[in-house]
Amino acid sequence: MQATRDFSHYVRHLGSGLSHIDLAVEGVSCAGCMSKIERGLSALPDVTLARVNLTDRRVALEWKEGTLDPARFIDRLAELGYKAYPFEPVRAEAVETEQASFLLRCLGVAAFGAMNVMMLSIPVWSGNVSDMIPEQRDFFHWLSALIALPAVAYSGQPFFRSAFRALRARRTNMDVPISIGIVLALAMSVMETVHHAEHAYFDAALMLLAFLLAGRYLDQSMRRKTRAVAGNLAALKGETATKFVGADEISVVPIAAVQAGDIVLLRPGERSAVDGSVIEGQSEIDQSLITGETLPAKAGPGTAVYAGTLNLSGALRVRVAAAAEGTLLAEITRLLDNAVQARSRYVQLADRASRLYAPVVHAAALLTMLGWAAYGATWHDAIVTAISVLIITCPCALGLAIPAVQTVVSGGMFRSGVLLNSGDAIERLAVVDRIVFDKTGTLTLPELDVTNAASVPPAVFELAGRLALASHHPVASAVARAAGARTPLAGIEEVAGQGVRGFVNGQEVRLGRPSFCGADQIANEILCRDPEASVVAFRHGETRHVFAVRQRLRPDATGAIAVLLKAGVEIEILSGDREPAVRHAAESLGIREWRAGVTPAEKIARIDELKRRGVKALMVGDGMNDAPALAAAHVSMSPVSATHLSQATADLVFLGDRLAPVVAAIGLSRKALRLMRQNLWLAAGYNLLAVPLAIAGLATPLVAAAAMSGSSVLVILNALRAHRGAREFG
Amino acid sequence: MMEVLVYLVPLALTLGLIGLMGFLWSLRNGQYDDLEGAGWRAIADDEPTPEAQADG
Repeated sequence: MQATRDFSHYVRHLGSGLSHIDLAVEGVSCAGCMSKIERGLSALPDVTLARVNLTDRRVALEWKEGTLDPARFIDRLAELGYKAYPFEPVRAEAVETEQASFLLRCLGVAAFGAMNVMMLSIPVWSGNVSDMIPEQRDFFHWLSALIALPAVAYSGQPFFRSAFRALRARRTNMDVPISIGIVLALAMSVMETVHHAEHAYFDAALMLLAFLLAGRYLDQSMRRKTRAVAGNLAALKGETATKFVGADEISVVPIAAVQAGDIVLLRPGERSAVDGSVIEGQSEIDQSLITGETLPAKAGPGTAVYAGTLNLSGALRVRVAAAAEGTLLAEITRLLDNAVQARSRYVQLADRASRLYAPVVHAAALLTMLGWAAYGATWHDAIVTAISVLIITCPCALGLAIPAVQTVVSGGMFRSGVLLNSGDAIERLAVVDRIVFDKTGTLTLPELDVTNAASVPPAVFELAGRLALASHHPVASAVARAAGARTPLAGIEEVAGQGVRGFVNGQEVRLGRPSFCGADQIANEILCRDPEASVVAFRHGETRHVFAVRQRLRPDATGAIAVLLKAGVEIEILSGDREPAVRHAAESLGIREWRAGVTPAEKIARIDELKRRGVKALMVGDGMNDAPALAAAHVSMSPVSATHLSQATADLVFLGDRLAPVVAAIGLSRKALRLMRQNLWLAAGYNLLAVPLAIAGLATPLVAAAAMSGSSVLVILNALRAHRGAREFG
Repeated sequence: MMEVLVYLVPLALTLGLIGLMGFLWSLRNGQYDDLEGAGWRAIADDEPTPEAQADG
């Protein structure tokens, strides 16, 4: 059966006879790659557009409809040395791109307004102390109003909308005092202009908006960038299914194009990308990604198969199903829904600050007004002074205090190999005092490894590795990978359920079950010593060797755990795997608390118990069985090899084979929280200086402008300190 | 003194508006989509492909 590759699912038809496809490309990092790819693809006939986006690591391609198969582009890129895969923007990413572009438009309008109003304000400020005639001043004020009113109406939308939403839900957030401050500043300025007064605050309102929008945009673009990287990683996994399109005809299609009811082929050594049930074939399957259990299970007609299941020995035909009631998947989905609903709405630091801040400032403004009125000032003067208090305290620095730190720190996390799924994850991660690890695929690597390679002569190991390339069985793949084998042997025959065999220089070589190679005795000795290992035997003429294959801890796991324990973080293991395997991992890592054979429901129960005790737990897990616990924990992390469900649920995703990113993320987040708190105090301290001036009625627009920009710059500079010593822990 | 403002103020505002329009145009045109790549393109020593020019 020869499979065809069908990427038509990703192709968009633009009309005017053109087709469009977006590809995620791995390894594009410089100008050289960019022009190499663009020229290499443009050389294909009928390609009308080939453009690399270096920020998102993607290529946009357009060609005359019907002339080229998209698979050609992927092959061409492979020839050029780049791995590529079609990319389908997820809905969330499209929405964020839209929002980022709207914020940038708002920022442009606010900056334009602020600069032009400032151009008109400076003559007024200098004229007020020299020879400006009132008519001139009024003219400049009216011009300012003409610019400021439409500019604020447009560029203030993100704040006004968010404030309105919060008020309607009977809550308050940072945008409420911001909106009140801006609207009152404009209203007062217009009134003052009408009354030919000396001071108007149009410039202050616009400058405030411009600074705040800059903070929002930075925040947004950082999240957009991590989402783009995460999207690429998902696309580059290139998950496909082999689907039956006729009675015996198959086609390789992207997962997104598979529907419930389709029948797919699951070959030995393949990981299922769909949920369904077996309709034909016998095999053994590895469910470790789903349940944490590392021992293979038997599969035959009627057995349920989940995305992430690894097929070990025989080919299976699977009918794709939507999540049915009563299955493991349905159970996990139900637990996950409950956990997400129960997740107490975490109140972000910024919102907590604004809850404290808004009543204080509004009370101060009210008291100022009443105080001046009692002191004998006119109501007009009293109100003007009160509003100037509001303007000068408007949370310019407060609005930047947290996004500025988040932006800098998420950049640092990015470089350490950690992607943020949610913005407030940094604050939550910083207070973690206990880490709950899953074992399989989290503390251990997702792939198997040969443990006794040193006891086998290198020449034998290499030959076994080359022979192993002929088999799809994961244990054989582990031998091939460990031996670094590249060139497969010719003329290899597969004996179903037993292993592979062939001839080298006239001598028979075999790789497979110990009985297949006559090596039962050696295998038993190895299994006695290490009951957790899987074994694969190799026979060359009369020499026999047995490889022990098992899951290996991540290379730096011991060191990373030691660093965390030393920093006073408590650590425990919650695994769905059997007791001896978990005990072995826990003992070699020096972790005292561990539980084995834990079901998804028990994992949640444990997390809830920790929560009741007031422990802030970080859950690190990769399996589908971890997803509910990931959602229930205070904050959660997944390796990039995790199932879709876990990755989507986790707050942070870490890349690579090492645990170091987990340690780095905690260190960075603690540093970030310190800087955020400092920034909030800086903003508060600034108010302590400025507010008495405003209450005394001495806050002119010039003082407001200087104070606002000064405090914002101070807060941004402090946030930039997160760059320094970003690697240190604690 | 006052008369010159009649020309200068509208002139200044028009210039500002042109700048704003230019910014909004370039934003809509996708020129901020790939800031990293645009930086490299500027110093690439060879001619970009005709397709790339047509798009940019």
